[in-house]
Amino acid sequence: MTLKSPGRLEALLLRRTFVMTAETSPPDAASAENVIDRAGCLKGLADAVNVTDGAGARAHMSAIACAAILAQHGIEPVLQFTVRDRNRLALQGDLIGAAALGIPNILCLHGDDPKNGDQPETKPVYDIDSRTLMTTARRLREEGTLPSGRPVAPAPRLFIGAADAPQDPKPEWKPDGLKAKIEAGADFVQTQYCFDLAMLRRYLARLGDHGILERLHVIVGIGPIASAKSARWMNENLFGVTIPEAIIARLEAASDQRAEGRKICVELLQELSGMQGVAGAHLMAPRQEQAIAEAIAESGLLKKRQAA
Amino acid sequence: MYSVRLSSIRHARALEMFYNAFEPAMVLLAPLLKRVGYAHLEKPVAAFERTVKGFLFDCQMCGQCALSSTGMSCPMNCPKSLRNGPCGGVRENGHCEVKPEMKCVWVQAWEGSRRMQADAKILEVQKPVDNRLKGRSSWLKVVRDKTEPAEAPGKAASKPAPAKPKADAKAPT
Repeated sequence: MTLKSPGRLEALLLRRTFVMTAETSPPDAASAENVIDRAGCLKGLADAVNVTDGAGARAHMSAIACAAILAQHGIEPVLQFTVRDRNRLALQGDLIGAAALGIPNILCLHGDDPKNGDQPETKPVYDIDSRTLMTTARRLREEGTLPSGRPVAPAPRLFIGAADAPQDPKPEWKPDGLKAKIEAGADFVQTQYCFDLAMLRRYLARLGDHGILERLHVIVGIGPIASAKSARWMNENLFGVTIPEAIIARLEAASDQRAEGRKICVELLQELSGMQGVAGAHLMAPRQEQAIAEAIAESGLLKKRQAA
Repeated sequence: MYSVRLSSIRHARALEMFYNAFEPAMVLLAPLLKRVGYAHLEKPVAAFERTVKGFLFDCQMCGQCALSSTGMSCPMNCPKSLRNGPCGGVRENGHCEVKPEMKCVWVQAWEGSRRMQADAKILEVQKPVDNRLKGRSSWLKVVRDKTEPAEAPGKAASKPAPAKPKADAKAPT
Protein backbone atom coordinates (compact mmCIF):
# COMPACT_ATOMS: atom_id res chain seq x y z
CA MET A 1 0.00 0.00 0.00
CA THR A 2 1.40 3.34 -0.92
CA LEU A 3 1.51 5.87 1.82
CA LYS A 4 -0.11 9.26 1.55
CA SER A 5 2.85 11.06 3.08
CA PRO A 6 6.58 10.52 3.46
CA GLY A 7 6.25 10.77 7.24
CA ARG A 8 6.80 8.28 10.02
CA LEU A 9 3.59 9.20 11.81
CA GLU A 10 1.40 7.79 9.08
CA ALA A 11 3.54 4.66 8.74
CA LEU A 12 3.30 3.97 12.48
CA LEU A 13 -0.43 4.55 12.53
CA LEU A 14 -0.95 2.17 9.62
CA ARG A 15 1.01 -0.48 11.51
CA ARG A 16 -1.41 0.07 14.42
CA THR A 17 1.46 1.19 16.61
CA PHE A 18 0.38 3.37 19.53
CA VAL A 19 1.86 6.77 18.60
CA MET A 20 2.89 9.58 20.92
CA THR A 21 2.86 13.10 19.56
CA ALA A 22 3.92 16.20 21.44
CA GLU A 23 3.50 19.92 21.05
CA THR A 24 5.83 22.87 20.93
CA SER A 25 5.18 26.52 20.27
CA PRO A 26 7.45 28.68 18.11
CA PRO A 27 9.61 31.05 20.12
CA ASP A 28 9.68 34.84 20.15
CA ALA A 29 13.17 34.69 18.75
CA ALA A 30 14.67 34.81 15.28
CA SER A 31 16.84 31.83 16.04
CA ALA A 32 16.76 28.20 14.92
CA GLU A 33 18.85 27.32 17.95
CA ASN A 34 16.10 28.59 20.16
CA VAL A 35 13.62 26.21 18.50
CA ILE A 36 15.90 23.25 19.12
CA ASP A 37 16.69 24.33 22.67
CA ARG A 38 13.00 24.09 23.33
CA ALA A 39 11.92 21.04 21.38
CA GLY A 40 15.19 19.10 20.97
CA CYS A 41 14.46 17.05 24.10
CA LEU A 42 11.56 15.41 22.24
CA LYS A 43 13.82 13.91 19.58
CA GLY A 44 13.69 10.15 19.58
CA LEU A 45 10.82 10.21 22.07
CA ALA A 46 7.85 11.86 20.38
CA ASP A 47 6.86 10.30 17.06
CA ALA A 48 5.89 13.73 15.80
CA VAL A 49 5.78 17.21 17.28
CA ASN A 50 2.95 19.65 16.63
CA VAL A 51 3.95 23.23 15.99
CA THR A 52 1.28 25.71 17.06
CA ASP A 53 0.26 28.46 14.66
CA GLY A 54 -0.15 31.82 16.34
CA ALA A 55 -1.64 30.18 19.44
CA GLY A 56 -3.73 32.50 21.56
CA ALA A 57 -3.86 34.87 18.55
CA ARG A 58 -0.37 36.17 19.23
CA ALA A 59 2.47 36.53 16.77
CA HIS A 60 5.55 34.35 17.22
CA MET A 61 8.06 32.84 14.81
CA SER A 62 6.00 31.48 11.92
CA ALA A 63 4.85 27.92 12.42
CA ILE A 64 6.07 26.86 9.00
CA ALA A 65 9.61 28.09 9.71
CA CYS A 66 9.62 26.45 13.12
CA ALA A 67 8.35 23.16 11.66
CA ALA A 68 10.98 23.25 8.93
CA ILE A 69 13.70 23.74 11.54
CA LEU A 70 12.42 20.72 13.45
CA ALA A 71 12.36 18.65 10.25
CA GLN A 72 15.96 19.65 9.49
CA HIS A 73 16.96 18.40 12.92
CA GLY A 74 15.32 15.02 12.57
CA ILE A 75 12.17 15.80 14.51
CA GLU A 76 9.04 15.06 12.49
CA PRO A 77 6.66 17.99 12.67
CA VAL A 78 2.89 18.23 12.53
CA LEU A 79 2.42 21.73 11.21
CA GLN A 80 -0.68 23.40 12.59
CA PHE A 81 -2.41 25.44 9.93
CA THR A 82 -4.98 28.00 10.99
CA VAL A 83 -7.21 29.74 8.48
CA ARG A 84 -7.29 32.86 10.65
CA ASP A 85 -4.29 34.70 9.25
CA ARG A 86 -4.01 33.78 5.58
CA ASN A 87 -6.34 33.80 2.63
CA ARG A 88 -6.68 30.79 0.35
CA LEU A 89 -3.82 31.82 -1.91
CA ALA A 90 -1.37 32.09 0.97
CA LEU A 91 -2.63 28.83 2.48
CA GLN A 92 -2.28 26.96 -0.81
CA GLY A 93 1.21 28.32 -1.27
CA ASP A 94 2.13 27.25 2.23
CA LEU A 95 0.74 23.73 1.73
CA ILE A 96 3.08 23.31 -1.21
CA GLY A 97 5.92 25.05 0.58
CA ALA A 98 5.51 23.00 3.75
CA ALA A 99 5.85 19.75 1.84
CA ALA A 100 8.88 21.12 -0.01
CA LEU A 101 10.47 21.93 3.35
CA GLY A 102 10.13 18.31 4.47
CA ILE A 103 7.02 18.72 6.58
CA PRO A 104 4.85 15.60 6.15
CA ASN A 105 1.88 16.30 8.46
CA ILE A 106 -0.56 19.15 8.94
CA LEU A 107 -3.33 19.83 11.41
CA CYS A 108 -6.06 22.09 10.04
CA LEU A 109 -7.63 24.50 12.53
CA HIS A 110 -9.70 27.65 12.63
CA GLY A 111 -7.44 29.42 15.09
CA ASP A 112 -8.11 31.47 18.19
CA ASP A 113 -10.05 34.69 17.74
CA PRO A 114 -7.83 37.79 17.53
CA LYS A 115 -10.10 39.44 20.12
CA ASN A 116 -8.52 37.18 22.72
CA GLY A 117 -4.99 37.91 21.60
CA ASP A 118 -2.63 40.75 22.37
CA GLN A 119 -3.60 42.76 19.26
CA PRO A 120 -7.41 42.56 19.39
CA GLU A 121 -7.77 45.16 16.61
CA THR A 122 -6.47 42.57 14.12
CA LYS A 123 -8.61 41.58 11.15
CA PRO A 124 -9.22 37.84 11.12
CA VAL A 125 -9.06 36.47 7.58
CA TYR A 126 -11.18 33.29 7.51
CA ASP A 127 -11.28 33.40 3.72
CA ILE A 128 -11.83 29.63 3.81
CA ASP A 129 -12.62 27.35 6.74
CA SER A 130 -10.52 24.50 8.07
CA ARG A 131 -12.55 21.86 6.26
CA THR A 132 -11.99 23.57 2.95
CA LEU A 133 -8.29 23.68 3.77
CA MET A 134 -8.33 19.89 4.29
CA THR A 135 -10.12 19.43 0.99
CA THR A 136 -7.55 21.61 -0.71
CA ALA A 137 -4.67 19.65 0.81
CA ARG A 138 -6.23 16.35 -0.17
CA ARG A 139 -6.90 17.47 -3.72
CA LEU A 140 -3.32 18.67 -4.01
CA ARG A 141 -2.11 15.31 -2.77
CA GLU A 142 -4.43 13.05 -4.71
CA GLU A 143 -5.02 14.92 -7.94
CA GLY A 144 -1.97 17.13 -7.90
CA THR A 145 -4.06 20.20 -8.63
CA LEU A 146 -4.90 23.48 -7.02
CA PRO A 147 -8.58 24.47 -6.70
CA SER A 148 -8.16 26.38 -9.95
CA GLY A 149 -7.25 23.13 -11.67
CA ARG A 150 -3.67 24.21 -12.22
CA PRO A 151 -1.32 21.23 -11.75
CA VAL A 152 1.34 21.05 -9.06
CA ALA A 153 4.06 18.53 -9.76
CA PRO A 154 5.40 16.93 -7.74
CA ALA A 155 2.34 17.28 -5.54
CA PRO A 156 2.66 17.94 -1.81
CA ARG A 157 2.05 14.67 0.02
CA LEU A 158 0.65 15.76 3.33
CA PHE A 159 -0.95 13.59 6.00
CA ILE A 160 -4.00 15.59 7.03
CA GLY A 161 -5.19 16.10 10.57
CA ALA A 162 -8.14 17.75 12.21
CA ALA A 163 -9.01 18.69 15.76
CA ASP A 164 -11.66 17.08 17.90
CA ALA A 165 -13.06 17.43 21.40
CA PRO A 166 -14.28 14.21 23.03
CA GLN A 167 -17.57 14.53 24.87
CA ASP A 168 -19.89 12.36 26.88
CA PRO A 169 -22.26 11.31 24.10
CA LYS A 170 -25.95 11.86 24.77
CA PRO A 171 -28.17 8.98 23.52
CA GLU A 172 -29.11 10.83 20.36
CA TRP A 173 -25.63 12.19 19.63
CA LYS A 174 -24.00 11.19 16.36
CA PRO A 175 -20.44 11.98 15.25
CA ASP A 176 -21.61 14.13 12.34
CA GLY A 177 -18.79 16.62 12.82
CA LEU A 178 -16.13 13.95 12.53
CA LYS A 179 -17.88 12.40 9.55
CA ALA A 180 -17.76 15.77 7.82
CA LYS A 181 -14.08 16.09 8.63
CA ILE A 182 -13.38 12.66 7.17
CA GLU A 183 -15.32 13.62 4.06
CA ALA A 184 -13.27 16.79 3.85
CA GLY A 185 -10.03 14.86 3.94
CA ALA A 186 -9.00 14.22 7.55
CA ASP A 187 -6.73 11.19 7.98
CA PHE A 188 -6.32 11.63 11.72
CA VAL A 189 -7.58 13.74 14.58
CA GLN A 190 -5.77 15.02 17.62
CA THR A 191 -8.16 15.81 20.41
CA GLN A 192 -8.45 18.48 23.03
CA TYR A 193 -7.23 17.45 26.50
CA CYS A 194 -9.14 14.42 27.71
CA PHE A 195 -8.40 13.26 31.25
CA ASP A 196 -11.63 11.40 31.83
CA LEU A 197 -10.99 7.98 30.38
CA ALA A 198 -14.38 6.57 31.39
CA MET A 199 -16.00 9.30 29.33
CA LEU A 200 -13.51 8.69 26.52
CA ARG A 201 -14.51 5.01 26.39
CA ARG A 202 -18.16 5.97 25.95
CA TYR A 203 -17.18 8.48 23.28
CA LEU A 204 -15.04 6.00 21.36
CA ALA A 205 -17.73 3.36 21.60
CA ARG A 206 -20.10 5.74 19.91
CA LEU A 207 -17.54 6.56 17.22
CA GLY A 208 -17.10 2.83 16.71
CA ASP A 209 -20.86 2.35 16.35
CA HIS A 210 -20.82 4.81 13.48
CA GLY A 211 -17.83 3.31 11.72
CA ILE A 212 -15.59 6.30 12.39
CA LEU A 213 -12.69 4.41 13.90
CA GLU A 214 -11.95 2.40 10.78
CA ARG A 215 -11.61 5.57 8.78
CA LEU A 216 -9.84 7.88 11.19
CA HIS A 217 -6.91 7.61 13.58
CA VAL A 218 -7.92 9.16 16.90
CA ILE A 219 -4.99 10.54 18.87
CA VAL A 220 -6.14 11.53 22.35
CA GLY A 221 -4.92 14.75 23.96
CA ILE A 222 -3.42 14.54 27.44
CA GLY A 223 -0.59 16.25 29.24
CA PRO A 224 1.34 16.67 32.44
CA ILE A 225 -0.76 19.03 34.53
CA ALA A 226 1.45 21.44 36.44
CA SER A 227 -0.77 21.88 39.50
CA ALA A 228 -4.30 21.61 40.89
CA LYS A 229 -4.65 25.32 40.27
CA SER A 230 -3.79 25.00 36.61
CA ALA A 231 -6.20 22.03 36.33
CA ARG A 232 -9.00 24.25 37.66
CA TRP A 233 -7.99 27.01 35.28
CA MET A 234 -8.13 24.59 32.35
CA ASN A 235 -11.59 23.39 33.38
CA GLU A 236 -12.86 26.92 33.43
CA ASN A 237 -11.09 28.40 30.42
CA LEU A 238 -10.32 25.73 27.84
CA PHE A 239 -13.13 24.75 25.54
CA GLY A 240 -14.29 21.16 25.95
CA VAL A 241 -11.92 20.30 28.80
CA THR A 242 -13.08 18.50 31.95
CA ILE A 243 -10.47 17.27 34.35
CA PRO A 244 -12.16 14.90 36.80
CA GLU A 245 -12.32 15.97 40.44
CA ALA A 246 -10.40 12.81 41.41
CA ILE A 247 -7.35 13.99 39.44
CA ILE A 248 -7.55 17.48 40.92
CA ALA A 249 -7.79 16.00 44.43
CA ARG A 250 -4.76 13.82 43.76
CA LEU A 251 -2.76 16.82 42.59
CA GLU A 252 -3.84 18.84 45.59
CA ALA A 253 -2.80 16.13 48.04
CA ALA A 254 0.64 15.71 46.50
CA SER A 255 3.68 17.33 48.10
CA ASP A 256 5.17 17.90 44.62
CA GLN A 257 2.22 18.73 42.38
CA ARG A 258 4.31 18.96 39.24
CA ALA A 259 5.77 15.48 39.73
CA GLU A 260 2.32 14.14 40.52
CA GLY A 261 0.96 15.70 37.34
CA ARG A 262 3.63 13.94 35.34
CA LYS A 263 2.92 10.65 37.13
CA ILE A 264 -0.77 10.97 36.27
CA CYS A 265 0.21 11.66 32.67
CA VAL A 266 2.37 8.52 32.56
CA GLU A 267 -0.48 6.43 33.95
CA LEU A 268 -2.87 7.88 31.39
CA LEU A 269 -0.39 7.12 28.61
CA GLN A 270 -0.10 3.52 29.70
CA GLU A 271 -3.83 3.11 29.99
CA LEU A 272 -4.50 4.76 26.63
CA SER A 273 -1.95 2.53 24.92
CA GLY A 274 -4.11 -0.46 25.69
CA MET A 275 -7.44 1.12 24.92
CA GLN A 276 -9.58 -0.07 22.03
CA GLY A 277 -9.97 2.56 19.33
CA VAL A 278 -7.16 4.82 20.52
CA ALA A 279 -4.47 5.32 17.88
CA GLY A 280 -2.15 7.29 20.12
CA ALA A 281 -1.73 10.09 22.60
CA HIS A 282 -1.06 13.75 21.93
CA LEU A 283 0.85 15.35 24.78
CA MET A 284 0.38 19.06 25.29
CA ALA A 285 1.93 21.31 27.91
CA PRO A 286 2.72 24.89 26.93
CA ARG A 287 6.43 25.62 27.34
CA GLN A 288 7.03 22.29 29.10
CA GLU A 289 8.50 20.15 26.36
CA GLN A 290 10.88 18.66 28.90
CA ALA A 291 8.02 17.37 31.05
CA ILE A 292 6.44 15.78 27.97
CA ALA A 293 9.74 14.10 27.06
CA GLU A 294 10.09 12.74 30.58
CA ALA A 295 6.53 11.41 30.61
CA ILE A 296 7.09 9.57 27.33
CA ALA A 297 10.37 8.11 28.60
CA GLU A 298 8.87 7.07 31.93
CA SER A 299 5.90 5.38 30.30
CA GLY A 300 8.21 2.68 28.95
CA LEU A 301 6.02 2.47 25.86
CA LEU A 302 8.89 2.98 23.45
CA LYS A 303 10.84 0.09 24.97
CA LYS A 304 7.71 -2.03 24.74
CA ARG A 305 7.42 -1.05 21.11
CA GLN A 306 11.02 -2.07 20.35
CA ALA A 307 10.53 -5.38 22.10
CA ALA A 308 7.42 -6.18 20.09
CA MET B 1 -23.40 57.47 -4.74
CA TYR B 2 -20.33 57.85 -6.90
CA SER B 3 -21.18 61.30 -8.32
CA VAL B 4 -21.98 62.70 -4.87
CA ARG B 5 -18.75 61.22 -3.57
CA LEU B 6 -16.77 63.02 -6.27
CA SER B 7 -18.62 66.24 -5.57
CA SER B 8 -17.80 65.96 -1.85
CA ILE B 9 -14.13 65.77 -2.74
CA ARG B 10 -14.51 68.87 -4.91
CA HIS B 11 -16.07 70.60 -1.91
CA ALA B 12 -13.51 69.28 0.55
CA ARG B 13 -12.78 72.76 1.84
CA ALA B 14 -16.41 73.55 2.68
CA LEU B 15 -16.90 70.14 4.29
CA GLU B 16 -13.75 70.67 6.30
CA MET B 17 -15.03 74.00 7.56
CA PHE B 18 -18.34 72.43 8.46
CA TYR B 19 -16.68 69.60 10.34
CA ASN B 20 -14.37 72.01 12.14
CA ALA B 21 -17.50 73.62 13.61
CA PHE B 22 -19.40 70.35 14.02
CA GLU B 23 -16.79 68.51 16.04
CA PRO B 24 -16.41 71.08 18.85
CA ALA B 25 -20.20 71.32 19.01
CA MET B 26 -20.40 67.54 19.50
CA VAL B 27 -17.70 67.71 22.14
CA LEU B 28 -19.66 70.44 23.95
CA LEU B 29 -22.60 68.06 24.03
CA ALA B 30 -20.49 65.37 25.68
CA PRO B 31 -21.99 65.77 29.19
CA LEU B 32 -25.45 65.41 27.74
CA LEU B 33 -24.45 62.45 25.58
CA LYS B 34 -22.89 60.83 28.61
CA ARG B 35 -26.05 61.31 30.65
CA VAL B 36 -28.16 59.67 27.94
CA GLY B 37 -25.57 56.92 27.77
CA TYR B 38 -23.22 56.15 24.89
CA ALA B 39 -24.47 52.57 24.79
CA HIS B 40 -28.00 53.84 24.14
CA LEU B 41 -26.82 56.34 21.57
CA GLU B 42 -24.56 54.02 19.65
CA LYS B 43 -27.22 52.48 17.44
CA PRO B 44 -29.24 55.58 16.45
CA VAL B 45 -26.17 57.80 16.03
CA ALA B 46 -24.41 55.15 13.96
CA ALA B 47 -27.53 54.80 11.80
CA PHE B 48 -27.69 58.57 11.30
CA GLU B 49 -23.98 58.76 10.58
CA ARG B 50 -24.30 55.91 8.11
CA THR B 51 -27.09 57.75 6.29
CA VAL B 52 -25.39 61.14 6.11
CA LYS B 53 -21.85 59.97 5.41
CA GLY B 54 -23.09 57.13 3.26
CA PHE B 55 -24.78 59.68 1.01
CA LEU B 56 -21.90 62.15 0.96
CA PHE B 57 -18.87 59.84 0.91
CA ASP B 58 -20.08 56.25 0.31
CA CYS B 59 -18.96 55.77 3.91
CA GLN B 60 -18.29 52.14 4.83
CA MET B 61 -18.59 52.72 8.60
CA CYS B 62 -15.11 51.63 9.57
CA GLY B 63 -15.80 53.45 12.84
CA GLN B 64 -12.53 55.41 12.76
CA CYS B 65 -13.13 58.13 10.25
CA ALA B 66 -10.11 59.39 8.36
CA LEU B 67 -11.91 61.79 5.98
CA SER B 68 -10.26 64.86 7.51
CA SER B 69 -6.89 63.37 6.66
CA THR B 70 -7.79 61.94 3.28
CA GLY B 71 -9.16 64.91 1.39
CA MET B 72 -12.76 63.85 2.15
CA SER B 73 -12.22 60.75 -0.01
CA CYS B 74 -13.14 57.66 2.01
CA PRO B 75 -10.20 55.22 1.91
CA MET B 76 -12.50 52.28 2.63
CA ASN B 77 -13.82 52.61 -0.93
CA CYS B 78 -10.42 51.61 -2.22
CA PRO B 79 -10.78 47.95 -3.37
CA LYS B 80 -7.62 47.19 -1.42
CA SER B 81 -8.89 49.22 1.58
CA LEU B 82 -5.58 51.04 1.67
CA ARG B 83 -5.39 53.48 4.56
CA ASN B 84 -2.22 54.95 3.06
CA GLY B 85 -2.25 55.19 -0.69
CA PRO B 86 -2.33 55.12 -3.60
CA CYS B 87 -0.93 51.75 -4.60
CA GLY B 88 1.24 51.20 -7.64
CA GLY B 89 -1.72 50.26 -9.79
CA VAL B 90 -3.12 53.68 -10.63
CA ARG B 91 -3.89 53.92 -14.34
CA GLU B 92 -2.59 56.74 -16.48
CA ASN B 93 -5.98 58.41 -16.42
CA GLY B 94 -5.98 58.32 -12.61
CA HIS B 95 -8.43 55.44 -12.44
CA CYS B 96 -8.32 52.31 -10.31
CA GLU B 97 -6.58 49.17 -11.56
CA VAL B 98 -9.16 46.93 -9.90
CA LYS B 99 -12.23 48.93 -10.93
CA PRO B 100 -11.21 50.69 -14.14
CA GLU B 101 -14.47 52.69 -14.27
CA MET B 102 -13.73 54.30 -10.89
CA LYS B 103 -11.34 57.14 -10.21
CA CYS B 104 -8.64 56.07 -7.78
CA VAL B 105 -9.83 56.85 -4.26
CA TRP B 106 -6.34 57.93 -3.29
CA VAL B 107 -5.65 60.10 -6.31
CA GLN B 108 -8.89 61.79 -5.34
CA ALA B 109 -7.74 61.98 -1.73
CA TRP B 110 -4.60 63.86 -2.71
CA GLU B 111 -6.63 66.25 -4.86
CA GLY B 112 -9.17 66.81 -2.09
CA SER B 113 -6.48 67.39 0.50
CA ARG B 114 -4.94 70.15 -1.58
CA ARG B 115 -8.21 72.04 -1.30
CA MET B 116 -8.23 71.77 2.46
CA GLN B 117 -6.75 74.01 5.11
CA ALA B 118 -5.16 71.07 6.88
CA ASP B 119 -3.60 69.97 3.63
CA ALA B 120 -0.63 68.34 5.37
CA LYS B 121 -2.69 65.83 7.33
CA ILE B 122 -2.61 63.44 4.39
CA LEU B 123 1.14 63.12 4.97
CA GLU B 124 0.56 61.48 8.34
CA VAL B 125 0.73 57.72 8.19
CA GLN B 126 -2.67 56.29 9.08
CA LYS B 127 -2.64 53.41 11.53
CA PRO B 128 -4.00 50.04 10.46
CA VAL B 129 -7.74 49.64 10.84
CA ASP B 130 -9.01 48.58 14.25
CA ASN B 131 -11.49 45.94 13.17
CA ARG B 132 -13.35 46.01 16.47
CA LEU B 133 -14.77 49.43 15.58
CA LYS B 134 -16.42 48.40 12.33
CA GLY B 135 -20.04 49.54 12.14
CA ARG B 136 -19.74 51.84 15.15
CA SER B 137 -20.20 55.59 15.19
CA SER B 138 -17.01 57.46 14.51
CA TRP B 139 -18.51 60.70 15.84
CA LEU B 140 -19.26 59.26 19.27
CA LYS B 141 -15.78 57.83 19.32
CA VAL B 142 -14.29 61.26 18.62
CA VAL B 143 -16.32 62.78 21.45
CA ARG B 144 -15.28 60.05 23.86
CA ASP B 145 -11.64 60.18 22.79
CA LYS B 146 -11.61 63.92 23.44
CA THR B 147 -13.46 63.84 26.73
CA GLU B 148 -12.63 60.53 28.42
CA PRO B 149 -8.90 60.03 28.07
CA ALA B 150 -8.74 56.41 29.19
CA GLU B 151 -11.82 54.27 29.04
CA ALA B 152 -13.39 54.52 25.57
CA PRO B 153 -13.64 51.11 23.89
CA GLY B 154 -10.86 50.37 21.47
CA LYS B 155 -9.23 53.53 22.65
CA ALA B 156 -5.70 52.27 23.05
CA ALA B 157 -5.64 50.90 19.54
CA SER B 158 -7.24 53.80 17.77
CA LYS B 159 -5.80 56.96 19.27
CA PRO B 160 -4.39 58.92 16.38
CA ALA B 161 -0.65 58.89 16.75
CA PRO B 162 1.26 62.09 16.15
CA ALA B 163 2.89 60.51 13.17
CA LYS B 164 5.71 62.33 11.49
CA PRO B 165 4.97 63.39 7.94
CA LYS B 166 6.77 61.06 5.64
CA ALA B 167 8.95 62.87 3.16
CA ASP B 168 8.18 60.40 0.42
CA ALA B 169 4.53 59.91 1.30
CA LYS B 170 3.50 60.93 -2.17
CA ALA B 171 5.24 57.99 -3.71
CA PRO B 172 2.89 55.15 -4.57
CA THR B 173 2.87 52.62 -1.77
